Amino acid sequence: MSHQTLMAILILSPLVGFLINGFRYKKHSAELSGSIATGAAVISFIAALLMVIDLIGLPPEERKIIVHFFDWIAVDRLKISAGFTIDQISAIMVLVVTGVGSLIHLFSIGYMHHDKGVAKYFAYLNLFLFNMLLLVLGDNLLVMFVGWEGVGLCSYLLIGFWFTDKEKAAAGMKAFVTNRIGDAAFLLGMFVLFLTFGTLNFQEINHMVPTTSELTWLAPITLATLFLFIGATGKSAQIPLYVWLPDAMAGPTPVSALIHAATMVTAGVYMIIRLNPLFLAAPNTMAIIAGIGGLTAVMAASIGMTQWDIKKVLAYSTVSQLGYMFLACGVGAFGAALFHLMTHAFFKALMFLGSGSVIHAMHEEQDIRKMGGLRKYLPYTHLTFLIGWLAIIGVPPFAGFFSKDEILWQAFHSPRGHWALWAMGALGAVMTAFYMTRLMALTFWGKSRVPKETHPHESPWIMLLPLIVLAILSAVGGWVGIPHVISEILPGQPGNLLETWLEPVIKSVPGVAEGDPTQEWSLMGVSVTLAVISALLAYHFYVRDPSKPKKVAESLGKFYELVYNKYFVDEAYFGWIINPLVSLSKGIWYYIDVNFIDKTTYVVADLVRGGGQFVRGVQNGNIQQYAMYIGLGVVATMTYVLMR
Amino acid sequence: MPSSDLFLEVGLSHYLVLSAILFVAGMAGVLLRRNAIVILMSVELMLNAVNLSFVAFSHYMGQMDGQIMVFFVMTIAAAEVSVGLAILVSIFKRYKEVNIRFFEHLKG
Repeated sequence: MSHQTLMAILILSPLVGFLINGFRYKKHSAELSGSIATGAAVISFIAALLMVIDLIGLPPEERKIIVHFFDWIAVDRLKISAGFTIDQISAIMVLVVTGVGSLIHLFSIGYMHHDKGVAKYFAYLNLFLFNMLLLVLGDNLLVMFVGWEGVGLCSYLLIGFWFTDKEKAAAGMKAFVTNRIGDAAFLLGMFVLFLTFGTLNFQEINHMVPTTSELTWLAPITLATLFLFIGATGKSAQIPLYVWLPDAMAGPTPVSALIHAATMVTAGVYMIIRLNPLFLAAPNTMAIIAGIGGLTAVMAASIGMTQWDIKKVLAYSTVSQLGYMFLACGVGAFGAALFHLMTHAFFKALMFLGSGSVIHAMHEEQDIRKMGGLRKYLPYTHLTFLIGWLAIIGVPPFAGFFSKDEILWQAFHSPRGHWALWAMGALGAVMTAFYMTRLMALTFWGKSRVPKETHPHESPWIMLLPLIVLAILSAVGGWVGIPHVISEILPGQPGNLLETWLEPVIKSVPGVAEGDPTQEWSLMGVSVTLAVISALLAYHFYVRDPSKPKKVAESLGKFYELVYNKYFVDEAYFGWIINPLVSLSKGIWYYIDVNFIDKTTYVVADLVRGGGQFVRGVQNGNIQQYAMYIGLGVVATMTYVLMR
Repeated sequence: MPSSDLFLEVGLSHYLVLSAILFVAGMAGVLLRRNAIVILMSVELMLNAVNLSFVAFSHYMGQMDGQIMVFFVMTIAAAEVSVGLAILVSIFKRYKEVNIRFFEHLKG
């Protein structure tokens, strides 16, 4: 099959699935709806796989499949084509999106089995996949933006899927509005880029970027990248726009796994990697990205340590891991960012689906204080979750170790890096190990605190299968990016496959020096040791001596309160931004709209009506009166004519 | 003596003044009276006032045009009265009265 056909199948298959399920949205059969949707996703995955195999067959410099369907917009200088590209970067993304997406579709069949709106759910899920593919494959910013908005819409629809619950509907609204703020900035970034380069095509932009870096703040590239980054903070939940993601957990758990962990929220990172030469030319923006990324990683991880809702912990963990990816982008390690994006998609999707399995077993209970000792009831879920846990806290040789370590090393070593950035990353890693171990301990280990009336049961195979596949990927997924220092001591010296693969499309930071192996080994040792100590501490706290955490929390007093209440960021937004804005709008509504604009129109209406009333009296059907008007008219005319 | 002049030498202006008086009297009848028959009669009065000025002009200008015009007016007046009276008769049959306000019912 030609690439054009394959690309069409790849992109349109989920859309067809969406249409089928969309038209039969009232049907209740989870098996049928789920099979249609999963089938659509799997077809996409196979098409993507075939294309990527073709891509691998090409020589490294020519690895690029460009499919141009038609010219979408052609106005003066603005020429936008409906074109799609698979290159080294989008190949990884498209495999993750369709592959992990298919697994989550499969899991959903079991998870949403009893839900009434199951066909609607699968329709949304397919629509999301379609938009995500537009975002990932589009060869210009505008097509990407269409997908960008589309995934935002699907995210909103799925967060508020159980919209009869007011809180959940509000969470959807919050996600949508917060994303809009970022999207507006994304648009501005696109405008600046178009003004500067006269095109929105990725290849052309990346080609035209000047080799010298911009050092001022108001230069076009710095401005454009800053705007795009603000767009990314919205979609990828970074400070200051991260607040929507924890609330987004109101949606069904597989949705959290697909949209709010594995794929959509990484769109911002993907966009930056896509435009890496552009961002490299703006060191000021890069510094901001690295700072925000590091800060988000630490802050979200600290909140994650105090939460009691299993999904909230994972949500803050996602925000924190996304912070890592931005940290990597900010220091110019785009390859490491993409690597972490991929491994994170595996283990975070695994953990979310695992938490879904737990929630399913506990009859919709999400509070980890009411769990504990679930290892006995959910052996497979526990085993797969365990692998996810090992991956996220960075124990070698699981996936998370390689990607996180790569980021930390780059944060230290890269010319755009700094020891403080490394320290933030390491601190984040330590906290990650703590809250993840805490989550494991409170959910699966220790004494059971399950209420008597709940009888946990293992999930059906249709839910376990995706868990097992993802667990395998979380275990071995990191082996494609083994750093050189480790590769040298391994038999056969496999080398860093991912780095070689990405080399033609990722520009390296100018002035990067050869790394010092001793330094790299020692940094690796420090971060892993710290993480393991932290994990052991958490184990001691929550399994051996369950009274201890409370004492520690009490001894921290106010500080614990601050972290537990998420640094009062939501409250601050309400107090300083939302409420003043609402009162301002109310004021404008009352004084300008109601009292000025409305009243003006009322006056005009009254005048017209009064005039009508008056004229109406004249035309009353009395013939004699009419005759009198004629007489008066004649007299008036005659008077005028004679007196003139 | 001007006053004897006014009445002894009858001229065009006398006719015109008489015509105007008749016309205004007819118009007052049309506007003020409620009885439809009286209104019809008043209309006739107005038409004849105009006829009078036509004839007067015709006489004093030595031309016959005006007098011919009067024949037309009289024909039309006869026709108009026949139509008007026919309507009056039907109104009378229905309401047993010929007040002008019943003509409101003619509107569609």
